[in-house]
Amino acid sequence: MVNLKINNIDIQAKENTTILEAARQNHIDIPTLCNYPDLSIKSECRVCVVEINGQKKLHTSCSTVVKDGMVVKTNSPKVLNSRKTIIELILANHDANCTACPKNYNCELQSLANKLGIDKNRFPTVLDIQPIDNENPVLIRNINRCIKCGRCIDMCKNVQSMGVLDVMGRSKDMKITPAYGKFLTDEFCTYCGQCSSVCPVGAIIENDDTDRVWEALNNPSLHVIVQVAPAVRVSLGEELGMEPGSIVTEKVVAALKYLGFDGVFDTDFTADLTIIEEGNELIERITNGGTLPMMTSCCPGWINFAEQKYPEILDNISSCKSPQQMFGALAKSYYPKKMKLKPDDIFVVSIMPCTAKKYEAQRDEMKIDNVHSDVDVVLTTRELGKMIRQMGINFENIEEVPFDKPFGITTGAAAIFGATGGVMEAALRTVYEVVNKEELTDINFTAVRGTEGIKEAEVEIGGQKIKVAVAHTLENAKTLSEQVKNGTSPYTFIEIMTCPGGCIGGGGQPYGTTKAVRDKRIEAIYQVDENMPIRKSHKNPDIIALYDEYLLKPLGKKSHHLLHTHYSSRKK
Amino acid sequence: MIQQKVISKRFGKVDPLSIDSYIKFDGYNALEKALTMHPTQIIDEIEKSKIRGRGGAGFPAHIKARALANAKQPKYIVCNADEGEPGNFKDRIIMENDPFSILEGMVILAYATGAKKGYIYIRGEYQNAIKIMKMTIQNAIDKGYLGENILNKGFDFNLEIRTGAGSYVVGEEFSMIESIEGKPGRSRVKPPYPTDKGIHDKPTLINNVETFANFPHIILMGGDNYAKIGTPSSTGTKLISLSGNVKNKGLYEVPFGTSIRDVIFKLGDGVSYNRSIKMVQLGGASGPIIPEYMLDMAIDFERFENFDSKTGTGAIIVIDERFDIFDILLINMNFFVHQSCGKCAPCREGHTQIVNLLNKIKNHRGTEQDLMSLENLANVIQQTSLCGLGQTSMTSIISSLRYFRDDYFAKVRY
Ligand SMILES: Cc1cc2nc3c(=O)[nH]c(=O)nc-3n(C[C@H](O)[C@H](O)[C@H](O)COP(=O)(O)O)c2cc1C
Ligand code: SF4
Ligand code: SF4
Ligand code: SF4
Ligand code: SF4
Ligand code: FES
Repeated sequence: MVNLKINNIDIQAKENTTILEAARQNHIDIPTLCNYPDLSIKSECRVCVVEINGQKKLHTSCSTVVKDGMVVKTNSPKVLNSRKTIIELILANHDANCTACPKNYNCELQSLANKLGIDKNRFPTVLDIQPIDNENPVLIRNINRCIKCGRCIDMCKNVQSMGVLDVMGRSKDMKITPAYGKFLTDEFCTYCGQCSSVCPVGAIIENDDTDRVWEALNNPSLHVIVQVAPAVRVSLGEELGMEPGSIVTEKVVAALKYLGFDGVFDTDFTADLTIIEEGNELIERITNGGTLPMMTSCCPGWINFAEQKYPEILDNISSCKSPQQMFGALAKSYYPKKMKLKPDDIFVVSIMPCTAKKYEAQRDEMKIDNVHSDVDVVLTTRELGKMIRQMGINFENIEEVPFDKPFGITTGAAAIFGATGGVMEAALRTVYEVVNKEELTDINFTAVRGTEGIKEAEVEIGGQKIKVAVAHTLENAKTLSEQVKNGTSPYTFIEIMTCPGGCIGGGGQPYGTTKAVRDKRIEAIYQVDENMPIRKSHKNPDIIALYDEYLLKPLGKKSHHLLHTHYSSRKK
Repeated sequence: MIQQKVISKRFGKVDPLSIDSYIKFDGYNALEKALTMHPTQIIDEIEKSKIRGRGGAGFPAHIKARALANAKQPKYIVCNADEGEPGNFKDRIIMENDPFSILEGMVILAYATGAKKGYIYIRGEYQNAIKIMKMTIQNAIDKGYLGENILNKGFDFNLEIRTGAGSYVVGEEFSMIESIEGKPGRSRVKPPYPTDKGIHDKPTLINNVETFANFPHIILMGGDNYAKIGTPSSTGTKLISLSGNVKNKGLYEVPFGTSIRDVIFKLGDGVSYNRSIKMVQLGGASGPIIPEYMLDMAIDFERFENFDSKTGTGAIIVIDERFDIFDILLINMNFFVHQSCGKCAPCREGHTQIVNLLNKIKNHRGTEQDLMSLENLANVIQQTSLCGLGQTSMTSIISSLRYFRDDYFAKVRY
């Protein structure tokens, strides 16, 4: 233990804690800007400086480790003046037009300026306006708002191993941009959006599609339906001011109805469907000597990664569409038939934790009539939050409503798709019982749960032991993909999710997502699973009915047309 | 006799490209002697000599050497020959006139610390020095003074030359390390210090060219004798790059303690046409600007510390009465606008605003408020920047506000 004084208070801190950590543990707040929980210490903004007795220079509390006998002042006039000056300097090179910025009221720079009492700037603007990168359908980069904190680089390079974003140039011309070009489309961007989720300002944001949804909702000739992804039910509450990990499944349904959707459905239904198709595909590959290991396909960030970086292993990836796209395909085929509607009159919206889903939805492979996208618009959790605020809905107190029919019944297996390891666990629950023809005594495959980067398990299927693995973040995906490419992979089945923690940590989730917040959402999602009367996809009566009535059999002709896809190399 | 030639004793007397010529003039005597000593004895001698680094900051050399000696393998030694600070040319002149003395110093330190690999990082603009150092390395290897099994004593030390052009900040130790690793030259958070985590996170010692060139002399004369040269706080001699409006510009070697005035007038023969001196900038663009009446100040690390900058490189730039202080300050500040690596906010954004404010004041458009902003901003940049560049770039502004305040008041609008 180290003894020190911060602002005249005697404090004990563990060896190797930073001054910032020690201060916060004792409820002394020091403002920060480049610092972000779980990411590396950058020490670049210099906003967190403090005064240390006997030292002439100020020191950044985020990077300075406590020492015995240290006397620290976090709020001396010199410190306050420095912080204020630095923020003024940053603002003088920033497109500070708050009311025309999507991060208004949600911006760390704005609230810091407010906290420090900055109401005028001594320094004139030196901003040199640069073009905005809106060449892709997913993310918009406005570098006129970038404050060069380096968080996005850290995320993209170190967590996702992509290195799409980097520092270019130096001195006042230093910019954070795609490394070899101007646009994200010049690079191997996967559109995971993790950069956007850590950006403290409005410099990287998802392409806002809410206006297209309002337009559709206000068009009387359209039948507008919406699907809600598993991970959204444990995060939308947070976006609207509730505690992280609040379960708000039926509040989401109620809010969507209030917004005017004609049908509100659960992507969990097609997650169950994915398990049936993917489980059968796995069994088929194992019994007929197909390409193994089989890798999951429900994460479009991962598909973008594989198509661009590992085209050699595309045959390993399951041909199943993601639950979002299975829903889209059914919504434009089975649903209109059942509801006696024209497919062209149906407008499908998705609410996803994900930015990459915006890219997936507009792929050519995702148009069953080869003309119209099966899913018309994808909104992130954050965008739905915005629409709910626009309508002035009191979300926390809204009366709960169940999902609509058909696709009404879903299972716990589908819900856990939102957490890393969830797809694997759901698949194992089904494959085990279908192949072994015996009921699982314990359906909780805890070995594949948790936030370890790569998890492994061994299961006995059809008398033979198979190894499975689960990875989240692209850094870990890379490790497993490399093995598959080299033919050294010991696994039979691999689940990959791009985002830390899986979709609960998706790039479209509420701002401020940290490991602690992800843990709460994961806890909530397993709670949802526990509370479900049915927890295995193959036991879902609505799924069974769908096969009886329409699809006929897994991997059949209709399934093939509607529910499966293919991938192609996009190596640059 | 103001000059005392230790480092420069061979300048002009030996053929820089001939190792034989070097050996004839005492060359490699120090290494031969060092190899008979225990490595820790060598560091003890360096400690006794009290020598401080000649790259600007004046850090005691033995502390870094001892830290590296105690560190695990692999570990590296780097000779900082980037010399990007305007007004300095001493390192180039050593490389061009007595290159073997640098190698000898590096090999002695390698033996003392156990490092097996070293780099000489030379400023890209120094094409001639690069050529000479490359040939020097080859000659030393051929004669067994470098490479494998040096002087048959069973110890190895390999040297590689690295160069980088156009970047001043690469002279800063962590930026140099990043550059040696093949990355853009940007600094890192300290601690850890280079002797703890340097090149590829392995222990690394960085010293200036002149510092290395001193080690053979310390070994030959012994630390205690070396410490008798100069002043108690600053031992040895100092190479001075004298430039600006002075009759005899050039490189001089004086013991520490010599006054700036003596260097300018006795060695540099004063200012042409007997013009008066308006100001003198010490150390280079990142050094303080002092008025004529302070020229009796001794060249001494202790005095330099008052300015909190890299004054210790030993540059003296004389500026006569014809010049406006704001023009000089603007030259300095425009230099830093372009040399900032851009990593930390105060340095990246601050210099541009300093230039704005200076221009405003220079053109009689500045208010008292602007003067306060200038002073305030200069202090913030100095106190909060991440690396030595931003921490020292404001020295000329801060010293000018102290010693030339009237020049500001004469321009400011009320
Ligand atoms: C911006 C900047 C530029 C520097 N440039 C040089 C240089 O060109 N040569 C040099 O020896 N040291 C330079 N230094 C100092 C080095 O960081 C380092 O302190 C020095 O090389 C250590 O050697 P010494 O202990 O022998 O002085 C620079 C420092 C800063 C902050
Ligand atoms: S979306 Fe993902 S891959 Fe693309 S730049 Fe952002 S972090 Fe990198
Ligand atoms: S884009 Fe955002 S996260 Fe990236 S450096 Fe700029 S401000 Fe920081
Ligand atoms: S992990 Fe989920 S949120 Fe992240 S890219 Fe994949 S599907 Fe989208
Ligand atoms: S002080 Fe300047 S040169 Fe040093 S890290 Fe900061 S921006 Fe780069
Ligand atoms: S938060 Fe510490 S330097 Fe940015």
